[in-house]
Amino acid sequence: MVNLGVDLCGYRLKNPLVLASGVLGTGPELLARVAEAGAGAVTTKSCSLAPRRGHPNPTVLEWGHGLINAVGLANPGAEAMARIIAEAKKLLAPLKTPIIASIFGSTIEEFARTAHIISSASPDFIEVNISCPNVEEEFGRPFAADPEAAAKVTRAVKAVTSIPVIVKLSPNVTDIAEVACAVEEAGADAICAINTVAGMLIDVYAGRPILANRTGGLSGPAIKPIALRCVYEITQNVKIPVIGTGGVTTGKDALEMIMAGATAVGVGSAVYYRGLQAFNLIQEELADLMQKLGYRSIEEVRGIAHRS
Amino acid sequence: MPTVHNLPVPFAIKLVKDESLKVKTFILDGKLEAIPGQFVMVWLPGVDEKPFSLVNDSPVVITVARVGPFTSQLHEKKPGDTLWLRGPYGKGFSIEGNKLLLVGGGYGVAPLLFLARRARAQGCSVDAVIGARCAEELIFVEDFRALGCQVHLATEDGSLGFRGKAPELVEKLIPELRPDSICGCGPEGMLEALSEIAVFWKLPAQFSYESYIRCGFGVCGSCERKGWLVCRDGPVRSLSQSL
Ligand SMILES: Cc1cc2nc3c(=O)[nH]c(=O)nc-3n(C[C@H](O)[C@H](O)[C@H](O)COP(=O)(O)OP(=O)(O)OC[C@H]3O[C@@H](n4cnc5c(N)ncnc54)[C@H](O)[C@@H]3O)c2cc1C
Ligand SMILES: Cc1cc2nc3c(=O)[nH]c(=O)nc-3n(C[C@H](O)[C@H](O)[C@H](O)COP(=O)(O)O)c2cc1C
Ligand code: FES
Repeated sequence: MVNLGVDLCGYRLKNPLVLASGVLGTGPELLARVAEAGAGAVTTKSCSLAPRRGHPNPTVLEWGHGLINAVGLANPGAEAMARIIAEAKKLLAPLKTPIIASIFGSTIEEFARTAHIISSASPDFIEVNISCPNVEEEFGRPFAADPEAAAKVTRAVKAVTSIPVIVKLSPNVTDIAEVACAVEEAGADAICAINTVAGMLIDVYAGRPILANRTGGLSGPAIKPIALRCVYEITQNVKIPVIGTGGVTTGKDALEMIMAGATAVGVGSAVYYRGLQAFNLIQEELADLMQKLGYRSIEEVRGIAHRS
Repeated sequence: MPTVHNLPVPFAIKLVKDESLKVKTFILDGKLEAIPGQFVMVWLPGVDEKPFSLVNDSPVVITVARVGPFTSQLHEKKPGDTLWLRGPYGKGFSIEGNKLLLVGGGYGVAPLLFLARRARAQGCSVDAVIGARCAEELIFVEDFRALGCQVHLATEDGSLGFRGKAPELVEKLIPELRPDSICGCGPEGMLEALSEIAVFWKLPAQFSYESYIRCGFGVCGSCERKGWLVCRDGPVRSLSQSL
């Protein structure tokens, strides 16, 4: 029998599959439904200090090889999200599924205040999404684009909470490993990689970008090779665990991610391609494939692509 | 599996019909393959993209009530102009039994006309209760009659048909009509009242619900109602699923 359990910062996940932030994680019952569908952990949609309405539609599209989205980080704000998390915790308790609260901010202080409010709901982890533009510098550059800024955010969040902190990195940088090293040194307990890849679609009949925001983030099958490369480069350089996210739709994709060095595996867009069953299907396929290849545990396979 | 266009596809407008002061029907040049109750996302480049139920699939027909910025701009569109559609999305109505009672309020009548057409083609007998605030706001009355449906009207001001809301008329009609099932679409309050009636009479019922739609295909979570997704698990849900 194959054992799919993994250890993430001292928490035992019954399987490595983690619902990615922004996909379905809007309310307690929905988070519980994803947990019941077999996820090893669930992440809430990223929230900010104040509520945000997000961008006008179109905000999410499927384009044949993946999704593109520019939801604009619509969320009900930290106070409301804390209530959602507290409610979700009750529903998830019998399933023993940890909950990851995702947060973002436009200034370092906002990150810290949001983390503080969210901590009051006692999520099992806090995920710090540093991929949105940094208003402080007024260039619209995300914190994730600058190792020093990424480290500052990490330190600020670590200073206000005792809950393990996962920092979520953007692939839209020259050297993702450098950013990973910076957040590890700043005290991050884990890394989630990757967030979406910047992109655009144009409608030729309208002669304009389709997303109301013009540009958005690519996810799904098209970005798997990018995500694998990022996870590989990060795990070559840091010791903290990585949640490998991006384009995982099958058990084989998940195994590739683990072989690249991931401790857990994020699943987002697959929910579109395979429905909520994605979590159970990916697990079954992962276990079957590992069995066929003669592996008995995730630990045995993790990072083996580095050895060749 | 019917074809789903996930990226917006341009459809030319062939005909625009005024249904009432606030409601227009757009007949488009093109087809889709859909189940009554399914919806499409309609994109007006530079404006927004919003969900609308299909009134027909070949040709594609939508009926739009003017309620805000997007629907006002849509109402400006003329034959020859282009609308961009993606979909159809969601779960539609299933025809349960041979004697259907359809209950629509406001633009909620739109998907029910599509359902009535399919049900009649299948040989079902169909009673349609159409509700509105006043006589001028009742829509599709003649369309239902042309399909051979029994039409029952309810206006809140009593200007035509029964004076009161659609569910009150339904309560009166059920003992004599004895339908096999109820299908409803309309404002939240109407659906709640219909739910109570269906539970009381132990009638299978399906309702079309609304919520804020972004993706339309079950990833963004924007349309969640207590753990179910209006866009993917709905918009049509059977009463037993929704309780
Ligand atoms: C599954 C479904 C089917 C629908 N079918 C029809 C139809 O056949 N005919 C019709 O006239 N209307 C239909 N609607 C409602 C229609 O989508 C809204 O009236 C329209 O989006 C209003 O846009 P607006 O900019 O004109 O008004 P706004 O001022 O933006 O909004 C008015 C109201 O419309 C609703 N609304 C706005 N944006 C959205 C959105 N993205 N998703 C869902 N609701 C929204 C809100 O309740 C809001 O209060 C349907 C809605 C859903 C969810
Ligand atoms: C509709 C949608 C919304 C998203 N919202 C967020 C978000 O709020 N915060 C975040 O950190 N990532 C967000 N993401 C990115 C995902 O968490 C994930 O990193 C990315 O989609 C890659 O994984 P996938 O290919 O499995 O989808 C979103 C992705 C999608 C598709
Ligand atoms: S609108 Fe995105 S999940 Fe329903």
